[in-house]
Amino acid sequence: MTELTCIVCPVGCRLKVEQGKEGLKIIGNGCRRGVAYARDEMTAPKRMLTAVVQVAGSERMLPVKTETAIPKAKIYAAMEEIKAITVSPPVMIGQVIKENLAESGVPLVATGTIAGEGCFKPLEKSLGSE
Amino acid sequence: MPKTKAVDLVVVGAGPAGMAAAVAAAEAGVEKIILLERQAELGGILPQCIHNGFGLRYFKEELTGPEYAHRFVQELKKHPGLKVKTETMVVTITPDRKVVTTSATEGLVCYQAGAVILAMGCRERPRGAINIPGTRPAGIYTAGSLQYLMNIEGFLPGRSAVILGSGDIGLIMARRLTLEGVRVKAVLELMPYSNGLNRNIVQCLEDFQIPLYLSHTVTEIFGEKRVEKVRVAPVDKDFKPIAEKGFDLSCDTLVLSVGLIPENELSLQIGVELDPATGGPVVDSFYQTTVEGIFACGNVALVHDLVDDVSTESALAGRAAAAYLKGEIKTKRWLPVKAGRNIRSIVPQRIVVGQTTPLYIRARYPERNATLHVGDGQTKQQVVSPGETIYYTLKPEDIRTADGWVEVSLEGGRVHD
Repeated sequence: MTELTCIVCPVGCRLKVEQGKEGLKIIGNGCRRGVAYARDEMTAPKRMLTAVVQVAGSERMLPVKTETAIPKAKIYAAMEEIKAITVSPPVMIGQVIKENLAESGVPLVATGTIAGEGCFKPLEKSLGSE
Repeated sequence: MPKTKAVDLVVVGAGPAGMAAAVAAAEAGVEKIILLERQAELGGILPQCIHNGFGLRYFKEELTGPEYAHRFVQELKKHPGLKVKTETMVVTITPDRKVVTTSATEGLVCYQAGAVILAMGCRERPRGAINIPGTRPAGIYTAGSLQYLMNIEGFLPGRSAVILGSGDIGLIMARRLTLEGVRVKAVLELMPYSNGLNRNIVQCLEDFQIPLYLSHTVTEIFGEKRVEKVRVAPVDKDFKPIAEKGFDLSCDTLVLSVGLIPENELSLQIGVELDPATGGPVVDSFYQTTVEGIFACGNVALVHDLVDDVSTESALAGRAAAAYLKGEIKTKRWLPVKAGRNIRSIVPQRIVVGQTTPLYIRARYPERNATLHVGDGQTKQQVVSPGETIYYTLKPEDIRTADGWVEVSLEGGRVHD
C-alpha cells in the first residue's frame, strides 16, 4: 500500500492506494479528482508548471502557466524553453504564448495582461477616476 | 483642512479582501464606494503569486494568483458607483469614519464615510523579529519580497539558498528558486511540524528532493558583503538551539518565511479592540469591529490559509456593511467565543445571537481523531494541525445562550507520531 497526499487542491486529502486484482484501489479521497490524481501519480505523474517570461520593452515579467498538467519528467525541459521566451506586448490573459511546450502537447498560456506601450502600469489604472 | 467628500463606503486596501468586499457591497446596492489602494496595481499580493491553487472553493476552478485577481478586477468594472483610487495612501481614520488620504494626483482628501471596511492585509515578519545573530550582509530576503523580485521584476537573488520557515510562501519559493536554477540546500522549520499545506510539502519539496529539517533554526549568519554561510542547529522542546549539534550550510541567499502579522496600524488609530490570538480586530458575525460602522475582513482580521476564504469572508463583510448602511443591523445581542482545549484562535470572536456564523478556527498543535465541540454542536476531525484552518458553520441552535459564551474546543484527540 502506498500513501499519497493529494495535491489537486489545497485540501490535501491523504490517500491510500492499494494494488488489487482489479486495478488500483483508492481510499481517502474527498472528491473524484483524487482518484484520477492517485492513478496518474502511480503510473505517469503530472504537474502544473507556472513561471514568468520576459516582455520586450518592459521591466515587468508576464506570468504564464501550462494550460493543463504536463509530465513531471518534462518540467526542467519546459523551464529551459520558458526562459528563452520574450513576448511582445500587448498580451491578453489566456493567450497562448507557446504551443506544445517541451513536446508535452500542452500549450503555455499567459495568466496576466500586458497592455502595449508603457506597460508598467496595468490596464486597471484607467479604472475609476472621478 | 482637506476638502471633505461624503461617500457611503470606504474600503481600505484593494487586495483580495478589499476587492471582494467592495464588489459585494456594490451588488447589495451601496452606491458611492471608494476603494483605496496604495500600490499602482490592484490585487495586493495576488499578482506576484504566479503559482496555481487559487479559486477552487470560490470559483470551483483552479487559477493562478494573477488570474484570480483578474476575475475581481472585471467585477469591479461593472459598478460605475465604485471608484478605485490607486497610489493613494490612507493617513488617518477617525472613529466617526473620516478617512484622510494622500496621493500625488489629488493631494490630501478627506472622505466622510457611512461605513468603513478595513482590508489592509498582513505583512511579513522580518529578520529583526526573530533576532538572528551574525553579520548584516546582502542576500537576506523575506519570502514575499523575494517573490516580488523574481515574479514581477524578473531578478534572481543568488545561486544557492537556505530557507528558514516552512509556511506556504517558504515552500512555494523553494520550488520557484529551484525551477529558476537556484540550489535550495534546505528548508528549516523551528517547529516539529510544517505550517504549510501538505500539498505544498509534496509538490514543492519532495518533488525536488529538497530536505526539510524540522525542529531546526539558523543560529548565525556569516558573510561580510554577501551571505557566505549560515549556521544551523536543532532545537530542544523549548526551542533553544542545541549548539553542539550545529552545522554550517554554505549559501549566498537566506530566505525568511517566518510568519505574517496582520497590518493594524490604522485599526489601532481608530481604537478598535484587537484579539491577541489573531493579531487582528475583534469582529462579530457581521465582521463589524468593536467600533460601530467599522468593519474588518481578510488577512487584516486573521491570516488565512486560502485566498478563497478571504474572498468569502470579505463578501460577507461587504454585504453586512451594505445592510448596516440601510439601517438593517441594529445593536444585537452577541456572545463571546471562548477558546478551550487545543484552540489557538477563533474568528469571528463575537457571535450575534440568531445568526448563522461560519467560523475559522485554528488548533494549537497537531492531533488525530479529535472531536470539535462548538457550543452544542460537534464534528469529527480526522487530522488537525495549526497550519490548516478548521471550518465550522455555527448554527443558532448550537448556542446555549444561558452560558454567556460559545465555547470551542477539540476533545479526545491524540498527538500523532
